[in-house]
Amino acid sequence: MSVLDQVPVDGGGSPPVSAPVAVATPEFEAANERQSRRRGLLIALPSYAYLVVFFAVPLLTVVIYSFATRNRFGGADLTGWNIDSYQELGDDLIRTIFVRSAVLALITTVICLAVSYPFAYYMATRGERTRNLMLVFVMIPFWTNFLVRNYAWYVILGSDGPLSRITEFVGLGPTRVLFTQVAVVLGLVYGYLPFMILPLYAAIERLDGRLLEASRDLYANGFQSFRHVLLPLSMPGVIAGSILVFIPSLGAYVTPQILGGAKTTLLGSYIVTQFLTARNLPFGAAMSTVLMAVMLAATIVYFRKGGRTL
Amino acid sequence: MAESAETHGATRANPAVALRGITKRFGSDDTVVVAVDDVSLDIADGEFFAMLGPSGCGKTTTLRMIAGLEFPTEGSLKIFGDEVGTLPPNKRPVNTVFQNYALFPHMTVLDNVSFGLRMQKVSKSDAAARARELIGLVRLSGMEHRKPAQLSGGQQQRVALARALVNRPKVLLLDEPLGALDLKLRQEMQGELKSLQRELGVSFVFVTHDQEEALTMSDRIAVMDDGRLLQVGSAEDLYERPVNRFVADFIGQTNLIEATVADGATIVLANGSKVAATTAHPAGAKVFMSLRPESITIGERGSAPAEFRADCLDGTVSEATYLGHAVDYHVSIDWIDLEVRTPAVVARKRYRPGDNVSVWWNRASNWLVAD
Ligand SMILES: Nc1ncnc2c1ncn2[C@@H]1O[C@H](COP(=O)(O)OP(=O)(O)OP(=O)(O)O)[C@@H](O)[C@H]1O
Ligand SMILES: [Mg+2]
Repeated sequence: MSVLDQVPVDGGGSPPVSAPVAVATPEFEAANERQSRRRGLLIALPSYAYLVVFFAVPLLTVVIYSFATRNRFGGADLTGWNIDSYQELGDDLIRTIFVRSAVLALITTVICLAVSYPFAYYMATRGERTRNLMLVFVMIPFWTNFLVRNYAWYVILGSDGPLSRITEFVGLGPTRVLFTQVAVVLGLVYGYLPFMILPLYAAIERLDGRLLEASRDLYANGFQSFRHVLLPLSMPGVIAGSILVFIPSLGAYVTPQILGGAKTTLLGSYIVTQFLTARNLPFGAAMSTVLMAVMLAATIVYFRKGGRTL
Repeated sequence: MAESAETHGATRANPAVALRGITKRFGSDDTVVVAVDDVSLDIADGEFFAMLGPSGCGKTTTLRMIAGLEFPTEGSLKIFGDEVGTLPPNKRPVNTVFQNYALFPHMTVLDNVSFGLRMQKVSKSDAAARARELIGLVRLSGMEHRKPAQLSGGQQQRVALARALVNRPKVLLLDEPLGALDLKLRQEMQGELKSLQRELGVSFVFVTHDQEEALTMSDRIAVMDDGRLLQVGSAEDLYERPVNRFVADFIGQTNLIEATVADGATIVLANGSKVAATTAHPAGAKVFMSLRPESITIGERGSAPAEFRADCLDGTVSEATYLGHAVDYHVSIDWIDLEVRTPAVVARKRYRPGDNVSVWWNRASNWLVAD
């Protein structure tokens, strides 16, 4: 008898053939639950396999390498285990890069939040047609490669690009935005905006509009209504969106590389340098591990806060 | 005053709420919905006022316009003499108990109830003290720190009530506040609401589609249909003197018998039989005679006392239903079926389907309405 034969066609928790009909004994329920759990595992198996091969194994490799020793040939010796790489992380330069990346990611997150909230609110309170149209507009950038979109900004912000031309035309002189942190933040905000808008939209859309009406009826003005009802009730969306923007911004590589130029070394590009140029694999691995730990912590905090959006 | 003829007014000089020619249209051009159509009425200070009507007749929309959650397309809306047409809800001395309570799920009972005061910048301790007072009034003391999800439907209903009343509104708007409760709890809350209203002397505007609820609780009732206000009056007015066929049919059960006015004292039924009825309708007018089932007497064929001869019809029992406190008969009379309800007194003779009977009624209990 193959495994598939045990899966009832109707999908519901139908009793095994041997069980008496429709009598919910504890044993019967337990058997039923075991069976549905086994079935769930079976369905999820391909995804698990994929995650193990392409996610868990590389991740583990990075963690292992972070405890290895750098050898003369730019590789890593997997013999003398140590935590030297982690101690090097206390270095002033690293700390500066980390703080700079974190501040940039934070600014990006805050700007995304400030831009997205009114947008998401507007979207969530429109009729179905307008709403779907707006959703499509939010998604459109995803149809283009991330790299291409960054190069688009590169062109726009360049010294002889449209932006500079316009400012020159209105008499403000040429702009020098490209290769500054402003350009990096701009690029990051642009790139990650949908990750903020969508969870916010989901949270606000789900909210019962009558609660806002009730607050207005109870003497709240528009701002108080936002502050005491809308915002707290859409908090899961705010947290989800913030994490979804902050985490990739913190480790961003492509955008700072293209729009930031050499002046602004951020965590992402520094790690890449460790792997490819400096050939200090254990150190690069240690930085990656710490970064991932920070992100993991943030994610756990989010789920603990009861966020279920997305 | 010119408008008083069409305004279903309270007699008080300064009504709590005054609607004049209020119309609300939703949508635009091709998909326009007239939710409220030229409604004028006064609600007196301290009155228990009910709005009754079938689903979609515009009760909620009217209430929302008084609350400021919706603005009228046309007409004037005054609260204690002040025009409030487009004033936002937070600037109006009215509060609402929403249909499904709309309690803030992230706040405790205490925070919910003190919300209105806090928004008006009442200090935290004062707000809490007054909130506790109201929580006591609705008998929820001890539950201050629960979240709405930890309360039963009836308790949530009380929180909603306390949350609105803590602000000492001059008018309280209630949109089917008891709709979600089971029958027993609903009856209990009806009594509580009524006594609370008397105690506080606040005007209650109470939306319901349960006519019994409206009849038992209210000082006056407005009956609406399809956005229009049909009649405003006491329970007796509506039950005994409905202004048209819809109200007669909607309030309680009634037999509506088509007839033509012969002269000021007689009407002719569809089968040609003449029935006595005093009417102001002109001769030849088509009317309906409304006869409540309980105001009809049933007896052996031809046994009607002499004084009822002119208000009597002969027929056959087609159905008899025992209801415990009453017996319900359906009597076929040539072209119509009459419903007759008699108290189920043990000594009284019961009739069976097929029995030949006469039915008669006191002339004062028939009521003519136009179509
Ligand atoms: N926001 C709106 N947009 C369009 N039409 C609306 C809107 N609100 C109400 N309507 C329409 O107006 C009419 C009156 O609605 P309203 O909610 O006032 O009815 P109601 O008497 O409260 O009914 P119910 O007893 O079912 O609650 C209905 O036909 C409804 O479809
Ligand atoms: Mg309604």
